Amino acid sequence: MAEMNMAKAINKALYEAMERDSRVVVLGEDVGQDEGVFRVTEGLWAKFGDKRVMDTPLAEAGIVGTSIGMAIYGLRPVCEIQFAGFDYFAYHQLESHAARFRNRTRGRLSVPMVMRAPSGGGIRALEHHSESREGTYAHTPGLKVVIPSGPRNARALLHAAIQDPDPVIYYEPKALYRLFKEEVPDEIEVMPLGQAKVVQEGKGITLISYGACMRATLEAAEMLEEEDGVKPEIIDLLSIVPLDMDTVCKSVQKTGRAVVISEEPRYCSVASEVSSQLNDTVFLYLEAPVRRVTGFDTPIPFFSKEKYYIPDAERVLMACRETLSF
Amino acid sequence: MPRTILEVKQKIEYLSILNDKAEVDKALEPKLTNEQLKHMYTYMLMARRADERFLNLQRQGRIGTFPQTTGHEAISMGASMALKKSDWHVPAYRELAGMLHRGWTLVDQLLLWAGYEQGQSPPNGVNDLPICVPIASQLLHAAGIGMAMNIKGDKHAVVTYLGDGATSEGDCHEAFNFAAVFKAPVVFVCNNNQWAISVPLSRQMGCETVAQKAIAYGMPGIRVDGNDVLAVYAAVHEAVERARAGGGPTLVECLTFRIVAHTTADDPKKYQKEETRKEWAAKEPLIRFAKYLRDKGILNDEVQKQIDAEIETTIRDAIAKMDEKIKTDELANPLYTFDYLYAEIPPFLQKQRDELAHYLGKDKESSSKQPNHAHAGSH
Ligand SMILES: Cc1ncc(C[n+]2csc(CCOP(=O)(O)OP(=O)(O)O)c2C)c(N)n1
Ligand SMILES: [Mg+2]
Repeated sequence: MAEMNMAKAINKALYEAMERDSRVVVLGEDVGQDEGVFRVTEGLWAKFGDKRVMDTPLAEAGIVGTSIGMAIYGLRPVCEIQFAGFDYFAYHQLESHAARFRNRTRGRLSVPMVMRAPSGGGIRALEHHSESREGTYAHTPGLKVVIPSGPRNARALLHAAIQDPDPVIYYEPKALYRLFKEEVPDEIEVMPLGQAKVVQEGKGITLISYGACMRATLEAAEMLEEEDGVKPEIIDLLSIVPLDMDTVCKSVQKTGRAVVISEEPRYCSVASEVSSQLNDTVFLYLEAPVRRVTGFDTPIPFFSKEKYYIPDAERVLMACRETLSF
Repeated sequence: MPRTILEVKQKIEYLSILNDKAEVDKALEPKLTNEQLKHMYTYMLMARRADERFLNLQRQGRIGTFPQTTGHEAISMGASMALKKSDWHVPAYRELAGMLHRGWTLVDQLLLWAGYEQGQSPPNGVNDLPICVPIASQLLHAAGIGMAMNIKGDKHAVVTYLGDGATSEGDCHEAFNFAAVFKAPVVFVCNNNQWAISVPLSRQMGCETVAQKAIAYGMPGIRVDGNDVLAVYAAVHEAVERARAGGGPTLVECLTFRIVAHTTADDPKKYQKEETRKEWAAKEPLIRFAKYLRDKGILNDEVQKQIDAEIETTIRDAIAKMDEKIKTDELANPLYTFDYLYAEIPPFLQKQRDELAHYLGKDKESSSKQPNHAHAGSH
């Protein structure tokens, strides 16, 4: 066991994966000698060399497109897009090809690659450095989408993503990179994709979230318990596609109330999907409408006002109270 | 059917007028008045001093991360001087000197780096786009503006900027190609500072110069000394004149070196050799230009003192104005983040605006929209 932050835990997973599987290669802008702008690829270039850790030209479509080719040829590319706000430059490669090769070729060709990118706000960054667009990828059939919420699950999910036979979008909530440390076991853990985690059992209401918003969710849950005497059940989705609705539905059947928290724009969001599936499945158990606490349907504002956009504990708490008193 | 040689008739020129020893090539010296030369020097120096001051503000946490422009002043100054007000100017993000010349203010820049959209709102009458963060994407807008000038029959020109790293993006090649195919009056000014964050030029392209890429698109390309403001001006001026006369686009590569960090979040010690940086720092554009102006009798200690004082006042006033502005409702009120997404706020978005107002306890206050026309930058 060693204590580490999330950036280090992701770095550890990359290192371990490269060590045990020579097909794993890392490519992206500034991932080599500079070790990534968030230092997530620290030590990889020094250890595995230029061939397996590639600083690429500044071209996201190039990075993702060549990763697709490498994956088809038998490698396991883990490419980095420097910020999620720039992965649209590569979107046509993901939508038109990464997501479709298996289907298009009736299983002959497949694209086992991972696209990593730091996503989300909260670090006072410039425009285009704070986006949360997991919904866009969740809406792209053929891709899997994973978002960790802490060091330990970050490492275990990245291992699963790299081993997965299909393309995986692995979004790293950048606000969490160095926010807190956690014990991470020495032996490799692999956490299957498509499994949510009940992080707290409770009664009366279920809070469903993932990624950086888990922080606001946990904080709100504490306030709710202290101030209102309600100990909510809390679920961390971890995997956006596939989505573990069994775990979510089981909880909401029990509690009868649900609030879904995420940082993305609300329209066609992950939160909307969860809410909609709850209505499909546990409608008769619901005591109140499912509430969504999300970013708004505007671009995330420049950083002086990002705090009003990103759900905080207060906003989550307010939604919980409104749901409980419905 | 044999294999033969196809001679591609193109050459790339290299232009230097004022070298790093401040020696000037009299035959090539551009026709600029003493007043213009002094103006160029003042604005380059203003950009330099502002850059230094911004760095302090960033270290104090009063503004956020920003890309430094020290050492790049000659490029945007020389290029923007070749434009008229009716021409268009489409920056990347290291063009502070040129933007100040075009009419942006230091207050705009400060507000931008402090995290306010208002800093991106072009001042009245300034035909500029705001700085552009997604690398190379602005080049297509410049090409489109140029195409629109052709369609409307206007004899204007566009100057746009890109870095050496930007030449790798697909958008860059599409922009070069559109501009060339449609003979759009665009001058692509490449700041080749030989680095894209930590990635050296050799990882960006397999060829020797950026300028030679022009050949493949069918437009003229030229490399100039990017620390020589006279050479940049001369090359861009010639390109702008050609563009106005229907001659289509030009690629002007300005060779320099990034002698500062990429942004305030970067540490070049990790990947750059100290000696190379020092060598290039000695060739930076202001030293030689100051000497040139002194040799011409435009600058002396007295004038320098006046310029320094003027710059100091401008910077100090700008910082004070930023501090004042960010306290106003126009900049501080988060509800206004909803008001400029569409021409009319649609009902679903109004509901979200109301939701935020309710959360902030502002729903009892007047819900009126921010006064139309948003430019809060400085005017
Ligand atoms: C599409 C896109 N990808 C990545 C980035 C992150 N990024 C910002 S600046 C930069 C390097 C740019 O290098 P260059 O074009 O040479 O310009 P310079 O900063 O050297 O002036 C990178 C990779 C970005 N802003 N946009
Ligand atoms: Mg560069």
